[in-house]
Amino acid sequence: MYQYDVIDQRIVDERVRQFRDQTNRFLSGELSEDEFRPLRLQNGLYIQRHAPMLRVAIPYGVLSTRQLRMLAFIARRYDRGFGHFSTRQNIQYNWPKLEDVPDILEHLATVQMHAIQTSGNCVRNVTTDHFAGVAQDEIVDPLVWAELLRQWSTFHPEFAFLPRKFKIAIVGADNDRAATLVHDIGIQAVRSESGEIGFRIIVGGGLGRTPIIGHVVREFLPWRHLLTYLDAILRVYNRYGRRDNKYKARIKILVKERSPAEFREAVEAEWKHLEDGPGTLVAEEVARVEARFVRPAYRELPAIDAAHEHRLRAEPAYGRWVSRNVHAHQQDGYCAVSVSLKQHGLPPGDATAEHMDAVADLADRFSFGEVRVTHEQNLVLPHVELRLLAELWGELKALRLATPNIGLLTNIIACPGGDFCSLANAVSIPVAEAIQARFDDLDYLHDIGELDLNISGCMNSCGHHHVGHIGILGVDKGGEEWYQISIGGRQGSDAALGKVIGPSFARAQVPDVIEQLVHVYLAHRESEVERFVDVVRRLGVEPFKEAVYANAD
Amino acid sequence: MPTLIKGRRVVSDSWVFLADEALVPESGPVYVTLKRWLAERESLSARTAAVGVLLSPADDPENLASDIGRFALIAVEFPAFTDGRGYSTARLLRERYGYQGEMRAVGDVLRDQVFLLARCGFDALALRDDQNVESAIAAFADFSEVYQNAADRPGLFARRLAASAGGAR
Ligand code: SF4
Repeated sequence: MYQYDVIDQRIVDERVRQFRDQTNRFLSGELSEDEFRPLRLQNGLYIQRHAPMLRVAIPYGVLSTRQLRMLAFIARRYDRGFGHFSTRQNIQYNWPKLEDVPDILEHLATVQMHAIQTSGNCVRNVTTDHFAGVAQDEIVDPLVWAELLRQWSTFHPEFAFLPRKFKIAIVGADNDRAATLVHDIGIQAVRSESGEIGFRIIVGGGLGRTPIIGHVVREFLPWRHLLTYLDAILRVYNRYGRRDNKYKARIKILVKERSPAEFREAVEAEWKHLEDGPGTLVAEEVARVEARFVRPAYRELPAIDAAHEHRLRAEPAYGRWVSRNVHAHQQDGYCAVSVSLKQHGLPPGDATAEHMDAVADLADRFSFGEVRVTHEQNLVLPHVELRLLAELWGELKALRLATPNIGLLTNIIACPGGDFCSLANAVSIPVAEAIQARFDDLDYLHDIGELDLNISGCMNSCGHHHVGHIGILGVDKGGEEWYQISIGGRQGSDAALGKVIGPSFARAQVPDVIEQLVHVYLAHRESEVERFVDVVRRLGVEPFKEAVYANAD
Repeated sequence: MPTLIKGRRVVSDSWVFLADEALVPESGPVYVTLKRWLAERESLSARTAAVGVLLSPADDPENLASDIGRFALIAVEFPAFTDGRGYSTARLLRERYGYQGEMRAVGDVLRDQVFLLARCGFDALALRDDQNVESAIAAFADFSEVYQNAADRPGLFARRLAASAGGAR
């Protein structure tokens, strides 16, 4: 985990003071609502359906237990006892009072946290692989680079008022767990043949109302040039991105309208001026940031733990949990454990203050005091000893946080939707709950196998429905809530956008439709290894469509 | 009249903006749109009094590159404070085209952008009328440290490195 130095701390403290002053000026009427809006948004503060919503940054999804306990404290003291982990590795509070927000930020600053740039038309909180430093398919640990990006983007003076929001994700493994192909900029850390670290730079991907897979603008950018190259991309976007229509203002539209090749040329021409300039990274700086990461002091352990192996065979429920929620680790004798925030009696991604405290206690006992937040809205204990795994499983079960459903249908990704969000066409959480209730038989769920189901309450696509194997989108039909269903989307290295199967459905029909889709899949799969999304790829949407709409009549 | 802040102090403004159709006065500093500058470059340069240019957000500052030493003022317009193009314009003028004269932010110039504007190379701010001047001057000190390199100073890591190299010697 990265530890702030005095300057990092001072900048965050000064931000609290600045925002307190801005809030006071707004409350006294000196700042108009229009003038305050962009300022509060750049601090993650929305005014929405019931109350303000505050989005707190969890930079690249890494939390210390001290930080997690602070999040619990804030949930209790300023909210209604819970928080919502979002698909961008942040946490959202839905009930804080506007005048309390400066105090909340002051509390956060004491544990090296903030809400800087979690919303607004600026460079947002950078996201990465939740298995960074853990995954066996990792080529480069992205955390140091993610922290360098955090510092570079924090109050970047040139890019505070971009045409629209700007999201960057970075990954360093074969499997793209950070969805870099659907970000404004996706960064894939790679190594050259000589072992030098560099980055593949992808621009112009995104979901929302115009979903697009990003374009590679640089196959290999040597690491020194990372920040200057981003400056060049952002400058081209800041100067030429559309500002006349907010629906056409994302960088993906600029890339599309200019053509990727022409956009790339503009970036390269701009970068020629910045290349080797004062923004160029140096090895000393990378080493300095690296040294501020406290890494776990792993013990020397055998790769295989006999008791664990025995239990896997003897206790099917344990085996089932391990098969879904436990992940291989780079370090012998260790593993990473997903804590499922799905199907524990709360909406997807929600956690109570008690859960947060309990997970913090477990992370202190089992995982070097470190927790990760995933873009699938779950938590991860990243460094658990295999020989203690069964003990941890027992603890998680007692907390109802051991649902063995990571990667399965009930691990639903859902945005807050119409229950909270003023932009929504329809609710998402009750739909997720209805589907989870329909598929609560664990044997059946495991038999269905891997299936990502994503729900968004409107075209803004916060629930990433385009990349769900099954995607559900809330639409408005004459003031009523309807749901459009798409299939065949996927995230990762071969990301693809789902196809809509046909006219939308009323809310009550949705669980039936999902069940029919699953039946078609089960009837057509060639083996258990062939996943739902593979069958869609092989057969197309037709058989699914036929079944669903034949029965609908 | 907007209040003009320069060098973190309120100063009086001797510059007059000339609309495109207005007659050019014999004396006194004036500034004109980029369009007018490009059309009347010769006659405007022939004046003995100082000349400046006003850039709108969409104007490309590269148009001024070859004449950069001739201007005593470049004003960059912010039609709305949420239109961030002027920040790039300013950095290009300072860092790429080497402009050293007065660079002034005009238009929707508010207290809460002062710190960013200064970082991008603005040394003069024509504050919107309703702004609290003391508060705007205080805003130059909103933050005591910054990470990125920009027009005002090198990035934190470059300064750190220079300091440690200096210390080692
Ligand atoms: S997808 Fe729409 S409804 Fe859901 S959180 Fe985003 S804006 Fe709100």
